[in-house]
Amino acid sequence: MITLNINGKDLQLDAPEDMPILWALRDVVHLTGTKFGCGMAQCGACTVHLDGQAIRSCVTPVTAAVGKKITTIEHMQNDKVGQAVQAAWSAVDVVQCGYCQSGQIMAATALLTSNKKPTDDDIDAAMSGNICRCGTYPRIRAAIHEAANKLA
Amino acid sequence: MNSPLNISRRTFIKATALTVGGLVIAFSIPNAKRFMLPGIPEANASEEASKLPTPNAFLRIDTDNTITVMLAHSEMGQSIWTTLPMLIAEELDVSLSNIKVMHAPAAPEYIHTAYGIQITGGSSTTWSEFDRYRQAGALTRALLVSAAAKKLGVAAESIKTENGFAISGDKKISYGDLAEAAAKLETPKTVTLKQPKDWKIIGKATKRLDGPEKINGTAIFGQDVHFDGLMTAMVARSPVFGGSVKTFDASAAKKIKGVQQVVQVPSGVAVIADNYWAAKQGRDALKIEWNLGPNAGLDSKALVSEYRKMAATQGLPAAKAGDLKLAASKATKTVEAEYVLPYLAHSPMEPLNCSVKISKDACEIWTGTQMQGTDQLAAAKILGLKPEQVTIHTLFLGGGFGRRANPAADFVSEAVQVAKAAGVPVKTVWSREDDVKGGYYRPMYLHKAKIGVDAKGLPVAWEHTAVGQSIMLGTPFEAYQIKDGVDATSVEGVADSPYIKGTPNHLVSLHTPKTGVPVLWWRSVGHSHSAFVMESLVDELAHAAKRDSLEYRRELLKDHPRHLAALNLAAEKASWGKPLPKGVFRGIAVHESFGSFVTQIAEVSVNKGEVKVHRMVCAIDCGLSVNPDSLKAQMESSISFGLGAAMQSEITFKDGMVEQSNFHDYKVMRMADMPKVEVYIVQSTEKMGGVGEPGLPPVAPAVTNAIFAATGKRIRSLPIGNQLA
Repeated sequence: MITLNINGKDLQLDAPEDMPILWALRDVVHLTGTKFGCGMAQCGACTVHLDGQAIRSCVTPVTAAVGKKITTIEHMQNDKVGQAVQAAWSAVDVVQCGYCQSGQIMAATALLTSNKKPTDDDIDAAMSGNICRCGTYPRIRAAIHEAANKLA
Repeated sequence: MNSPLNISRRTFIKATALTVGGLVIAFSIPNAKRFMLPGIPEANASEEASKLPTPNAFLRIDTDNTITVMLAHSEMGQSIWTTLPMLIAEELDVSLSNIKVMHAPAAPEYIHTAYGIQITGGSSTTWSEFDRYRQAGALTRALLVSAAAKKLGVAAESIKTENGFAISGDKKISYGDLAEAAAKLETPKTVTLKQPKDWKIIGKATKRLDGPEKINGTAIFGQDVHFDGLMTAMVARSPVFGGSVKTFDASAAKKIKGVQQVVQVPSGVAVIADNYWAAKQGRDALKIEWNLGPNAGLDSKALVSEYRKMAATQGLPAAKAGDLKLAASKATKTVEAEYVLPYLAHSPMEPLNCSVKISKDACEIWTGTQMQGTDQLAAAKILGLKPEQVTIHTLFLGGGFGRRANPAADFVSEAVQVAKAAGVPVKTVWSREDDVKGGYYRPMYLHKAKIGVDAKGLPVAWEHTAVGQSIMLGTPFEAYQIKDGVDATSVEGVADSPYIKGTPNHLVSLHTPKTGVPVLWWRSVGHSHSAFVMESLVDELAHAAKRDSLEYRRELLKDHPRHLAALNLAAEKASWGKPLPKGVFRGIAVHESFGSFVTQIAEVSVNKGEVKVHRMVCAIDCGLSVNPDSLKAQMESSISFGLGAAMQSEITFKDGMVEQSNFHDYKVMRMADMPKVEVYIVQSTEKMGGVGEPGLPPVAPAVTNAIFAATGKRIRSLPIGNQLA
């Protein structure tokens, strides 16, 4: 058994030490908002926050999260920046198939938490690890600017 | 897929009462007038509600005022979850916020009005459902009005409807309160649809109804299905297509904690485990010896050479006119070129997956599919069940792009085989590597053209040979897509091109090799290669004639007003002919597909061999646009999808195996690569076309034509990759 703090709650999980956080969330705790896309930190669909930093949960073992706080998309409505990002996503109507969007929102929230007024270049740098096959990139860019304006 | 078949779309309408109360509207299309694919079970023509599947309807109004719209098509990002409810809300006079949306089950009532099978594809949903869903709304409204008139003792004509209420003078009754009474009324024989001038919803930019759940992480995709007892399975498949298991040793796999079973299935060896992580480790620990079969020597470079040899000879004719030889002998100049395009994977963000639960006389399937029709039949066949004993629950699709509409039902059949062999409910999950290596690609194509032009530089003789695998061969669509050996989708955009049709002497021919590589429609099907070839060739002709690319196209397309409308709008918005920042160059392409006409103009710079696309200006004429904002989103999407393929993506083979494995080597579009995008809609009352695919075909040639303008180098094979380095 391993103790993980997920979205503010300490949970006891029966998960092997090498299990990536992604599968602990999805298959053990059944928090399915965090998505599996590539399994090798290439696409960002699995992005969660570990102590506020955006990480790729598909390659980060559960042991790396012991004593730290894991935050997922399900908790974003309780985060001031997360709320603004979600509201902007809605205002711009970003989503299409939607599968990558949890990861996009987690990456965007981490960006705006550390950089209150990102430029297009900052956005490119922070968001290029998150693939969207539907090509919602122009709207993601617009929504990040919109959220930054609302938070200012 | 090709355009609509010539079949009647007249519908019979009927209303039936649900035992739980409320009003249900169902349609069935008379069998005699209906196109059906061979082997597809037909809708029950009976008027008896009890014989229809439950829920059987397109629309349901419950006594608590809940209005539920059933989608006969799958939501995969294209926003049909919003567009079809808009059609009903318009006629029913309800607000979209009162509507709940559900995917329909697999059932004959939901068979595509033109394609003869339950399918989402061919950019066809909106035009093919435009009448049916509006009629569902209008019919329901008529019944509710009659019920209200009876209840209030007034004439039906005096009742107006607004926001879910029937209103007469100062009295108003909610639809929910009228639903039960309305369900008992006789169905009117005809309904009157609103005039376009009275539309309040159709044609207005409308927010997606599936937005909120996709933003807060609660939307359920196939991958997210979970219930007690559901195990995760991963299948080890042959590294070469067509290979099979010779022997395997599962002893190490079975020692992995969480691995429950290892079973052999037709496609390979399945590891069934408590979760994905255990299944993956178990699969990694399998020792399998394969019979690699006849495709073990497959090699992309060799295949291109083989295709090139074929293209040197004439194939089966696909379009023919005039006297090619005579015209060629009189031509003042000849342009000759060869174009090559690679195999492409769809790589939707959600890797393929399918959950299956089998019981004595039934099978339940949960998956994101574009083609419930063949999936249901395939599952039934494997299990010896009747199709109606197989229930399909369609979840949100994490992207489709054609991969989730497989006539061979590959990922569903395999999941059924695994669940059958394991004897427990399973969810088979594909890794990204499985997805990249697992087949069903856009086929590789080679085109060769020899074009003779007259003194004005206009084409007078056009000889065109295409070489590539058939997508339709061996599918239920074969009978009407392949004529005299020519798969219409192999030459769509060429054989019916206005440039070729307008050339008095022409011959388009096709070679259809078999390679052992499984192929499938990939966003825009044949147009995904033909538009690149045709729009590059026309650019070559314009250059040979020393003419401006836009002006030259205008002349060739002078009798094609919808092409012209899209050309002119894009050219105006992109300020064609006006100066650009230093080092930036324009390229243009226009193409018709799926009944829509799209122009893309790319602004590109090339610096030390590196291509940067700065801006894309897109104009589309698709006839009526039901939701202009989702139309724009589909153009943005097509530009991203098309640019990724043009710049970087390819699937190649060596020693029979796919060389790519994940997003590090099967490269797709990322944020930093994405140009600014502008989309403009031609205000049009012409026939409706599709929007999911038509934006894509002209993307690649617009970019490569801009590269030619920038560098003088003609890109004749994709991806562009480092060809300019």
